[in-house]
Amino acid sequence: MRVVFKTSYNRDIDLHEHGQSRGKIALLAAIMIALPFLVGDYYLAEAANTLIWALAGMGLMVAVGHTGQVSLGHAAFLAIGAYADSALMNAGLPFVISFPVAGLITGLFGALIAVPAVRMSGIYLAIATLAVFAIVEELVILLEPITGGVGGIMAPSITILGISFDRYGALDHFYWLCLAIVALVTWGYANLMRSPTGRSFLAVRDSEVSARALGINVTRTRALAFGLSSGVTGLAGALMGHYIGFFNYELFSIFISINLLLVVTIGGLGFIQGAFLGAILITAVPQLISIMRDNLVSVGIDLSGIPGLDTMIFSLILIGFIIYEPTGLYGRWLKIRTWFEIFPLARKDMFRRQKSYLKTERMR
Amino acid sequence: MELLQLIIGGLANGCIYGLVALGFVMIYKASEGVNFAQGDMMMLGAFIALGFGNSDEMGLPFFIAVILAMVLMFGIGWGVERVVVRRIFGQPQFALVILTIALGFVFRFVAGSIWGYTPLVLETPFAGQNLRGGGIVISLADLVTIGVTLVLTIALWAFFAFTKIGLAAQAASQNQMAAYIVGVPVMRINSLIWGLSGAVATVAGVLYATRGAIDPNIGLLGIKAFAAAVIGGLGSLPGALLGGLIIGVVEPVAGRYAPGELAKMSPYIIMLIVLVTRPGGLFSQIQMKKV
Repeated sequence: MRVVFKTSYNRDIDLHEHGQSRGKIALLAAIMIALPFLVGDYYLAEAANTLIWALAGMGLMVAVGHTGQVSLGHAAFLAIGAYADSALMNAGLPFVISFPVAGLITGLFGALIAVPAVRMSGIYLAIATLAVFAIVEELVILLEPITGGVGGIMAPSITILGISFDRYGALDHFYWLCLAIVALVTWGYANLMRSPTGRSFLAVRDSEVSARALGINVTRTRALAFGLSSGVTGLAGALMGHYIGFFNYELFSIFISINLLLVVTIGGLGFIQGAFLGAILITAVPQLISIMRDNLVSVGIDLSGIPGLDTMIFSLILIGFIIYEPTGLYGRWLKIRTWFEIFPLARKDMFRRQKSYLKTERMR
Repeated sequence: MELLQLIIGGLANGCIYGLVALGFVMIYKASEGVNFAQGDMMMLGAFIALGFGNSDEMGLPFFIAVILAMVLMFGIGWGVERVVVRRIFGQPQFALVILTIALGFVFRFVAGSIWGYTPLVLETPFAGQNLRGGGIVISLADLVTIGVTLVLTIALWAFFAFTKIGLAAQAASQNQMAAYIVGVPVMRINSLIWGLSGAVATVAGVLYATRGAIDPNIGLLGIKAFAAAVIGGLGSLPGALLGGLIIGVVEPVAGRYAPGELAKMSPYIIMLIVLVTRPGGLFSQIQMKKV
């Protein structure tokens, strides 16, 4: 069992609890940077996809995990990010400008929605975001000059300072680009969560009344969190557009929203690491299913005739996690780690969930 | 005349939205949670009725098939509450939202594996029968839909307003602990309400099926029904019906007189307008606590 002596306030709010965790992050970063030299193109593309999903997951995590605002419409922000980025690049802007601007546009749109949405809570917000998603989906078809309508558009190839970052032509460059962006956002996110703004997100999530009593402007905080959340998701959408190459409105279906929710819930609500674990799961499981399918065919069971099996398996995983492990994969890992750290002293009820009696939202 | 025709068709359509909305307003009234699988329960109900009633399946008479389907869906609703939803009793509402979305996918998969993904038609005694008068045509199916919806809404409203169980359900949602203290069996009430909402979903599904073919993806209609319930004010049964009717009428009228995509967006636009101007919905159930 390790005891960390905190001798100053800065030590207390440090990103890393001790030097070892700093070392682990550095090691992880080194492996991720070296990945193009270690694996083939297929797995590299999958790794880039995972990074993009992790970015989108972090976007949703700000809203769901850290501010307690459930959104069922984040696919809409992915779409806005992807279309804004591609449209700006088609208009002749370089990626270095179009990418942040796409994120900004999405963030502003999200904040705009957040203005009415923050007056709602819980269920109302979830349904309102669902409605926003439905509206954006139709708008994409309606705005054909920009979005290519039903036909879809081609995401232009990325070039920065004469170096190609094309998804197909220079996959390793594209992967490093994704990695750099994800690393930057993660660093910013982790730092945000230890700043007063990030702390106020948590306060709003845990108790609105006490947050207000502490002098936090709840409306502003919620709008800011939602705007940030949609902005980061928009960035992920822009990258996703480049990753897919050619896309139309069908790429950003309601299932993507659900998958994103899956990422944050299964990964672990309220943990940045959770977004990454969830993203790994969501990109790995379809691969595993197809491998399993091939193996089952060789022993005479043919599952290819059953459509929707992937969604079914995802749904069952989700139900299992909600019931048995609501803190997600990262929460489970924390429990295991704690058990080892304090070895003979672990008790059964250490992580017992707090249950609460429900009170109506309709009485204020 | 054309407008009138559109409105009548829209009213019947709106009744179906209203019925689906009723199902989840009931659950909201009893447990303050929203069942996002309500649309898929409607779909499953319709398919079960089809399985009992169609001549190439079990071939039972229509009304017996519908009643059997309602009983079975009551059981499924009850079972889902007992087996799955009860496990997250006391967890934040958010858990229920995700859980029911996942359940919806499971229902869709089950229906798809049993009945396939090609659209099927439910055989009904009032298929293709129309009433004519004054230049407009009203199909019997539309009239039945409107009639059944009205009766069901009034019955459910009376159930919540006057019966002991209905009042107990409302108490359980307003303050669970207080309800326990005065002796309300909160969990049993929840199971009952889930069962009832399954039966109501079946009625909605059968009525939907009288108006066209069904496939496992019709459950997505549930999203419009959410909009209906929010417009009416979550927790208000007449509000849910009114919301459904508004959406049902506006949709075809907008489709006729406005550019195509706008009609599809109209339910959500109306809903957002209502949410911005009257956050509690038209029949707002939100009250300020008097201290």
